[in-house]
Amino acid sequence: MAASILDTVAGELDPAGTGSTLAHGTLVLVVPAAQLRGTVERLKAEFGFDLFLDVTAVDWPRDELRFEVVYHFYATTHRVRVRVKTRVPAADPTVDSLTFLYGSARFMERECHEMYGIAFRGNDDLRPILLYEGFKGHPLRKDYPKQQEQPLVPYRK
Amino acid sequence: MDLKLPNPVRPAFVKTEHDDAVIVNIGPSHPATHGTVQIIAALDGEKVLRADVHCGYLHRGFEKECEDHTWHNLIPYVDRLNYCSALINDFAYCDAVEQLMGVAITPRARYLRTLLAEYSRLADHLTCVAATLMELGAMTAFLYLVMIRDYIYEHIADLTGARVTYSYGRIGGLARDLPAGWTARLVAILDQYEDFIGRVHGLVDRNRIFIDRMRNVGVITTEDAINWGYTGPILRSTGAPRDLRKDTPYLAYAELDFEVPVGIKGDNYDRYYVRMREMDESVHMIRQLVDMLPAGPINVDDPRCVLPEKSLVYGEIESLITHFKLIMDGPRVPAGEIYVAHEGANGELGFYLVSDGSGTPYKVHVRAPSFVHMGGAHRMLEGYQLADVVPTFGSINMIGGECDR
Repeated sequence: MAASILDTVAGELDPAGTGSTLAHGTLVLVVPAAQLRGTVERLKAEFGFDLFLDVTAVDWPRDELRFEVVYHFYATTHRVRVRVKTRVPAADPTVDSLTFLYGSARFMERECHEMYGIAFRGNDDLRPILLYEGFKGHPLRKDYPKQQEQPLVPYRK
Repeated sequence: MDLKLPNPVRPAFVKTEHDDAVIVNIGPSHPATHGTVQIIAALDGEKVLRADVHCGYLHRGFEKECEDHTWHNLIPYVDRLNYCSALINDFAYCDAVEQLMGVAITPRARYLRTLLAEYSRLADHLTCVAATLMELGAMTAFLYLVMIRDYIYEHIADLTGARVTYSYGRIGGLARDLPAGWTARLVAILDQYEDFIGRVHGLVDRNRIFIDRMRNVGVITTEDAINWGYTGPILRSTGAPRDLRKDTPYLAYAELDFEVPVGIKGDNYDRYYVRMREMDESVHMIRQLVDMLPAGPINVDDPRCVLPEKSLVYGEIESLITHFKLIMDGPRVPAGEIYVAHEGANGELGFYLVSDGSGTPYKVHVRAPSFVHMGGAHRMLEGYQLADVVPTFGSINMIGGECDR
């Protein structure tokens, strides 16, 4: 049953069959950033993907579309997962916020924003969450040196 | 020297709608909250009008650090996510890497992991319930529960060598097999658990003070809980029987007989009771697993990820090279990505791994239940008394290690 619902989702959302694969039991949908909002709206309204599990990004510095924003959704009725991926360029890393659909997107988009610098259009609260006010840079980007220190309070001499 | 220190957080509000409301800051280090979390609350008298929850005080760059170590080296780090049930993190992480590599663990390792995951869940729920009760003044119940938890810690230390952060999972199996007499002691501890959990039920379940503090406090509906991403005992306390062990069975859960306890209305009392009932189910599962545990090896015979035996490493060149390569370069994980979720003690613990085909992860992301739960915590705090922050926060069971990573 789990596989058949995923086949239906793939057939409906990706009729050409070019942007969807089934990997390790999860349906992977690759969509352009402009279609993200519409895709997720349909996932939630038509296919019951009611649990917004996670959003994060993967940094591929050599690619033209540098950041891959990765979402995970779970349907509590069908018990299946969908991963939605979209690529955005480093010059304008902006995607639509999903806070209008899921409350849990608020915190997770904040984290993704501070760690990767992804701008979520429509999320009015992108304050730092794990880092602190005034932190410079986005630490999970590959060009942020691991050893770099930014102490909030200067070290004692 | 300038002693004015910068404020690490910017509150969501600095003014309130009414004139008679005041804004107070709770935490990040407060004796009544176990966990470094900061709550900025607008109060009308003692009623919380609005709450702004800040976490991150325990952030240590877990995900950045992971990109600089081999797949095996991460096991001690994942231990330190939810340090109340570190083995569940270990097994979830190892399971994710194994699925990416296409490794199937041996039957003994599979049953043993299930057993230890349930044993860890027992310890985690004991900690959570004990701490919540202690914060409400129930010192005897706290000592009863923490005594059992300490028996469990000491008992797991007999197996793994550590009390809290075990580093016991291995990609492809486990660090070592059970020592002699381990299951006999396990059965004895479970019997003691039942004795003491009965006393705790007798002390608090129908206690007037306890009910007044817990019933109808911190209520959350199923719709709200799902909207805010809640999973685990908090979602179940609202009446939704959602449990990954039943819904998408992994390890040996498909072969076990257990129930998914649910609450009635998602208040603090339900969260307490769901955890108490889940512990009973865990004990029931552990007893089944002790009988089901098959003999055999605990590690798969796969040189891609499992270290050769020490005697061979010292005795033959091929094993020495395999050992050296596995330690220095790490196990080669085929390029790809995977999301694997286990039912952690607090909810869905997910690992999203990206590999570029080398011995070091390209990216490791943790879907930490505590972090998600903090995102919706204000819903359970607003509208209740300031004093209710303590039991509500206790029943959410935020674990700083996994929340802040």
